[in-house]
Amino acid sequence: MRWLIAIGGVAVIWAVVLIFFYLAWVVFPLFLPADTRLAESETVPGWRGDSTPVYLAVEEQQEVGLRLSSGAELAFFDVASGRVLSSEMLPAEDGAALVLAAEAVERHGRVAAAAGNGEIFVFRHSYETRFEGGVETRSINPVLEYPYGEAPLLDLDGAAPIALAFSDNDSGLLLAAVTADGLLRVLVAGKRENFLSGQVELDPEQRELQLDFAASGLAVSGNQRWLYVGDDAGRIHRYSLPGLEWEEAVEVSVAGISSIAMLLGGISVLVGDNDGVIRQLFPVRDEDNAYRLASVRQFESLGSPILRILPEERRKGFLALTATDELAIFHSTAGRLIERTGLAELQPLALALAPRADGLLIEGAGPRLNRLEIENEHPEVSFSSIWQKVWYENYEEPEYVWQSSAATNEFEPKFSLTPLVFGTLKAALYAMLFAIPLALMGAAYTAYFMSPELRKWVKPGIEIMAALPTVILGFLAGLWFAPWVEENLAGLLLMLLCIPPGLLAFSWIWHRWDNPLKDMVPEGWEPALLLPVMLASGALAMWLAEPVQVLLFGGDLRSWLSTEAGISYDQRNALVVGCAMGFAVIPTIFSIAEDAVFGVPKSLSDGSLALGATPWQTLVHVVLPTASPGIFSALMIGLGRAVGETMIVLMATGNTPIMDWNLFEGMRTLAANIAVEMPESEVNSSHYRILFLAALVLFLFTFVVNTVAELIRQRLREKYSSL
Amino acid sequence: MNSLQTWIKSGVPWVWLNAAAVTASVTLVAGLLLLIAARGMGHFWPAAVHEIVYQEVDGSRVTLAGQITTREDVKASRLTEAGRTVAEGVETVERMLLKTGNRDLSGTDFRWIYEPSILQITQPLSMAVLERQEWGVFFGRVVGLKQGEDLLESRDAWSDFQALLERAAGLRGQIRELEKGAIGRVNYRLERLRLAERQLELDGVTDPAQFESIQRQRAELQAEYAGLEEELVSLNQAIRRDAVIMQTAAGQEVELPLHTIIDAWMPNAMGGLQRIGHYFHQVWSFLSEDPREANTEGGIFPAIFGTILMVLLMTVVVAPFGVVAGVYLKEYARQGLLTRIIRIAVNNLAGVPSIVYGVFGLGFFVYTLGGSIDQLFYEAALPSPTFGTGGLFWASLTLALLTLPVVIVSTEEGLSRIPRSIREGSLALGATQWETLWRTIVPMASPGIMTGLILAVARAAGEVAPLMLVGVVKLAPSLPLDGNFPFLHPERKFMHLGFHIYDVGFQSPNVEAARPLVYATALLLVLVILLLNMVAIHVRNGLREKYKGLET
Repeated sequence: MRWLIAIGGVAVIWAVVLIFFYLAWVVFPLFLPADTRLAESETVPGWRGDSTPVYLAVEEQQEVGLRLSSGAELAFFDVASGRVLSSEMLPAEDGAALVLAAEAVERHGRVAAAAGNGEIFVFRHSYETRFEGGVETRSINPVLEYPYGEAPLLDLDGAAPIALAFSDNDSGLLLAAVTADGLLRVLVAGKRENFLSGQVELDPEQRELQLDFAASGLAVSGNQRWLYVGDDAGRIHRYSLPGLEWEEAVEVSVAGISSIAMLLGGISVLVGDNDGVIRQLFPVRDEDNAYRLASVRQFESLGSPILRILPEERRKGFLALTATDELAIFHSTAGRLIERTGLAELQPLALALAPRADGLLIEGAGPRLNRLEIENEHPEVSFSSIWQKVWYENYEEPEYVWQSSAATNEFEPKFSLTPLVFGTLKAALYAMLFAIPLALMGAAYTAYFMSPELRKWVKPGIEIMAALPTVILGFLAGLWFAPWVEENLAGLLLMLLCIPPGLLAFSWIWHRWDNPLKDMVPEGWEPALLLPVMLASGALAMWLAEPVQVLLFGGDLRSWLSTEAGISYDQRNALVVGCAMGFAVIPTIFSIAEDAVFGVPKSLSDGSLALGATPWQTLVHVVLPTASPGIFSALMIGLGRAVGETMIVLMATGNTPIMDWNLFEGMRTLAANIAVEMPESEVNSSHYRILFLAALVLFLFTFVVNTVAELIRQRLREKYSSL
Repeated sequence: MNSLQTWIKSGVPWVWLNAAAVTASVTLVAGLLLLIAARGMGHFWPAAVHEIVYQEVDGSRVTLAGQITTREDVKASRLTEAGRTVAEGVETVERMLLKTGNRDLSGTDFRWIYEPSILQITQPLSMAVLERQEWGVFFGRVVGLKQGEDLLESRDAWSDFQALLERAAGLRGQIRELEKGAIGRVNYRLERLRLAERQLELDGVTDPAQFESIQRQRAELQAEYAGLEEELVSLNQAIRRDAVIMQTAAGQEVELPLHTIIDAWMPNAMGGLQRIGHYFHQVWSFLSEDPREANTEGGIFPAIFGTILMVLLMTVVVAPFGVVAGVYLKEYARQGLLTRIIRIAVNNLAGVPSIVYGVFGLGFFVYTLGGSIDQLFYEAALPSPTFGTGGLFWASLTLALLTLPVVIVSTEEGLSRIPRSIREGSLALGATQWETLWRTIVPMASPGIMTGLILAVARAAGEVAPLMLVGVVKLAPSLPLDGNFPFLHPERKFMHLGFHIYDVGFQSPNVEAARPLVYATALLLVLVILLLNMVAIHVRNGLREKYKGLET
């Protein structure tokens, strides 16, 4: 029996430990490094005509690949065996070798391919997945199309292009190519849908420009407004479209630019140079409302020229291949080099990154097909992306932002916990500002001055409020108090100015004036006496609000705040939260502090009083110092409660993650954020794990605070046992 | 002046300020409770319906009917800004929020009216209030009754209307019983058959006899279902027979089918006793009925039921574990560093924010444990999760973990109040430690243990944040306890009073109309929790008194 009980007891203790370790266990994978592993390496029977690959692609399941050869053959093949499933020829002129291919910024399998004679074709590859005989029988059926016809869309008059850029979205198509002698030709085509046939027709328009520098790379933005040309002197030239006008040239690097690509979403340009450094740039609006290309971040150098940059299709990450055949995995928001691995043994000729970025198909010399498995679940998380300012796309400067999801897939998730921690502390601070004076002063009075009969009622009365569900406080704060404050802001602030002087004036009168009532009210009943005074001075404040506002604030304090003082006002703000949450914290602080003060041995205060100190002097100089560890512990526990409170902040603030100490604006706290976002976050995604991290932060914070409080309380207990 | 200085020096003003802090705290507490009570209880009172002849801004006259919900004074300057004309020299104008109902006709439930524009205000006795299934309440007069296509001859339209309403209510009860009872049972069995069949497929059973038996049962159930459906159709026809013709204050005549009307009363014609009777009738239906119209009307029965069931399940889990841990800590463990660490850990657990428990519950109970249980035992139902999603059971476990420290601490406290002499006496009489514990100490400490459990229940009943993650929903399709085997369905989602407040107050489409209901729900929750706490305090004090004498 003894054992059974012991086991039960220890099991409970383990439950505590389990909570901590489970939270940590879920959070842990966020900080695991990425891993790459060579999964398959097959020698494949020679491709037709021993051609070299110009373009390689692989579909989502990594079962079917596509290879475009220099011999203009488009072949779908089985990834595992390298067996060709179907093949056809690109409709290029006979004997024209293919030299280049570029994927559209938006992907969707759209590719532009250029032949040596300057003809550029656009095709599209897609994959139908079928389940003909149940879930177990999956078959993938590749489809090749020419959405804009088989004729070349752009012709460079016989010259071979050295760089190609392509964008194809719902509203338009953009194709740009530059030749070795600096001829830049751009096709801008609006799209029209034919109402009858539903077919898309293009309105093509061509522009060209003779460049006076040696171009080495080309990219177009996803909104089809900008064309970026990199040159061998390390500059990026920005042209506006569709006019093809030169806008600016930005000195990016001292070495020549070797490679250039657009990040997912088509906003950021990734520029790799001959020194092995990759930089991220995007246009930022300056004070004159004009765009300037800003170098937003620079990634760790790889030491040798960057040959290719492969952006991921679903995240803001990318891969880079150097001249020494080293592969590196980066993430833009996190600003970090995640993993680097050598591919020199494979002698890579062409690379294809799987859409989920969990595998890389490499055609090496031999010919060999290699598949690299990439395990990189949470690249967007790094210390800097969670806690520091990050320069996000479309932002004018680095900022702390929490915005975990948006409508589009191209969205850059912003996982900065800093504004949430800030909001948590802000809410807790205002709550403590409200609660501490009331709770501590009340506790001191109740424990030291109050008559025992009254104390018997007051103490449990206040303590019972600790049990009041916070959802009710939050509901009242959000739906009743917040609108009331909005209407009566001046009155509320005036109460702070009216009530204390009113009370003091009353007590002075009471002291001086020998009235018969004095004998009827025994000592220790002052609070009851003060009730009507407090109500009266509160009413006075409300009554004064109107004339004071007319006199000082032009009639309305709230509009004065926003127009004259420039302080914005939200209905659900920190003031409301401070009051409501302060109200929730008062009983906690009151109860523990009152116990501490009450527990001070009577002999101490009696001694002090006997030596001639007034009761107040005794309280301040003898009783409170003795009780101070207990009071400190009360404050810590109250703070812990304020930090972790969920429902009140959820209901009484607008839950906007802003960083501003303004009393009249809201905030978003860690706890409320978890309550809002947890139900809709995908299990084991980065978002899910970061929310667990937020919970862990809360857990650890309250753990530390409570442990400190508890240790202090135990010390206090030991101290008193000797008295 | 001198005496003022000495007065200040003596610190008396500070004492007064401290006293004021107590006054302020108590005032806040009392004010809050009064506010909730006043708003929560007022809603059910059959308030008078006013008929108002009102002059619109453009000069036209309209007749409005409704209940005045709030009155307030508005500054004349603000009205003139808004384009209303105000008489010279008037500084403030009283305006009233009139609940006009009849949302199906006017599109809104409420409108502001201004006191100076009221030409005439009366309380006609014939004005009736109809509570409807949808579109909120209806204000108007009964002018006639219809049966099928025929107008009913009636001398006292109101009492005939009441009789017909009763008939409709009876039929509605039958329909609900049929839908929830018999038809629900058949559907439940059909679903179980489907799962059984899928399980057979998964197990690779090829014996056709088993499949045939399932098919046969299914055919039987479907036949039963057809019969029930026929019955349902005829009931539905019967309930749709009657209609009432109502006239709004503006004179518009509307025909309202009786099956859409739940209750009807004429508040202006009611006497005091009748009003009180009606008040309690309304309170009862609030407590006993299902919510309607996206929770903004009707009762909160499923939320009360869900809260109670969840708390009960939680108690079943937390009581043995909490008590055992408390007993272990106090009676068995060697007091030392380890027990000190454990006590700190338990205290810490009490301070951990409740949302963290929710996160833990979601990750560990729901996804990890629940996911594994689904894989092992409910494979047939996959991919739709059974235990792998939030539900009553996981919510109870999460809250059990949350309230564990409360029970441990009060058990320990209860045990430590038992005087040594009793322990020693029992041991001296030859009882073993177990016997001493089980026969003497635990019974004596039971009030302390009860206190802990009551406090745990009170905490659990008011907790919302963790539940939002582990299984509370705004509207549960069925109660987690019903007549279908195995009767208790711990995997089902449930409704909860606290979440109901949050949901209706903040997520509902018609917050203004729902607000009184939220106050009423809040009042109920506060009353339950205060009651539980007071009982706990009482029990604790009783225990203290009982053993005071023994402690010498």
